Amino acid sequence: MELEAAKMIGAGLAAIGVIGGGVGVGIVFGNYMTAASRNPSLKDELRTYAFLGFALSEATALFALVIALIVLFT
Amino acid sequence: MATEDHGPMAQFEIKSLIDLNVGGYDISYTNSALFMTLAVICTFSLFWAATHKRTMVPSRIQSIGELMFEFVAGMVKENVGKEGMRYFPFIFTLFVFILFGNVLGLLPYSFTFTSHIIVNAALAVFIFVAVTIIGFATHGLHYLRLFCPAGTPLPVAIVLVPIEIMSYFIRPVSLSLRLFANMLAGHVLLKVLAGFVISLGIFGVVPFLAVGAVTMLEIMVALIQAYVFALLSTIYLNDAVHLH
Repeated sequence: MELEAAKMIGAGLAAIGVIGGGVGVGIVFGNYMTAASRNPSLKDELRTYAFLGFALSEATALFALVIALIVLFT
Repeated sequence: MATEDHGPMAQFEIKSLIDLNVGGYDISYTNSALFMTLAVICTFSLFWAATHKRTMVPSRIQSIGELMFEFVAGMVKENVGKEGMRYFPFIFTLFVFILFGNVLGLLPYSFTFTSHIIVNAALAVFIFVAVTIIGFATHGLHYLRLFCPAGTPLPVAIVLVPIEIMSYFIRPVSLSLRLFANMLAGHVLLKVLAGFVISLGIFGVVPFLAVGAVTMLEIMVALIQAYVFALLSTIYLNDAVHLH
């Protein structure tokens, strides 16, 4: 296999990790919706935590994305 | 101009506008520096316009300034408490600087300085060093308890302490990488989608609409990432001030 082709496949494989981030962000915001609709008075307080959870779970996905970009462009 | 590179990565190229070379160091004024200057100018003009004619009933532009101010002030007060308001000017500056960097970068043909990891790394490392210094200054060597919460049994501590230390030192990395990767991914996606508009002919309407939708998403991402950067900074600051 040529190096260029192997790089492309490797980058594609590395990007699979983003799936987990997508699921995680979905769970975070989905549960935020559920919580906010059950108890609307806590909406503002929960928003901080929702965005914190979003940022932390998204970061793991972005690590995978950055590895994919590094494989692709270096 | 015909030979100009129009690939999806071309937008991140740093071009020197004014060549400067002092003592062997290349400190040229680049397009990145230009957009940082623009972000500062925009911030100054917005807040000058918001505050130069203050009224009890705020005008539209004054409301914008007050909204941003109260939003960040509320965030700092909620997460760090009264003592945290000492650091509010720094957090607010950080928030507005990143916000304008992200939003200015969304204009066509502009440059996003937050899409360069070195810019974010400089900001994140500054926060990391500042938080560490504040922590040691307020708590002395007791600050090291951050790595081992009180009442941890020894077998757990053996596992917990290395993990806590690692997660402490990975903070600047994840903080800068998050902003960088979000901006990079969003802008590459926009350019790749825009590339399809011409090449698909009449069916180019579909990617064209997608570009519009993704631009709206990117505006949201730009706001959220500025918020998240400031939020995480305040949370790290809370660790240093209150030592959970």
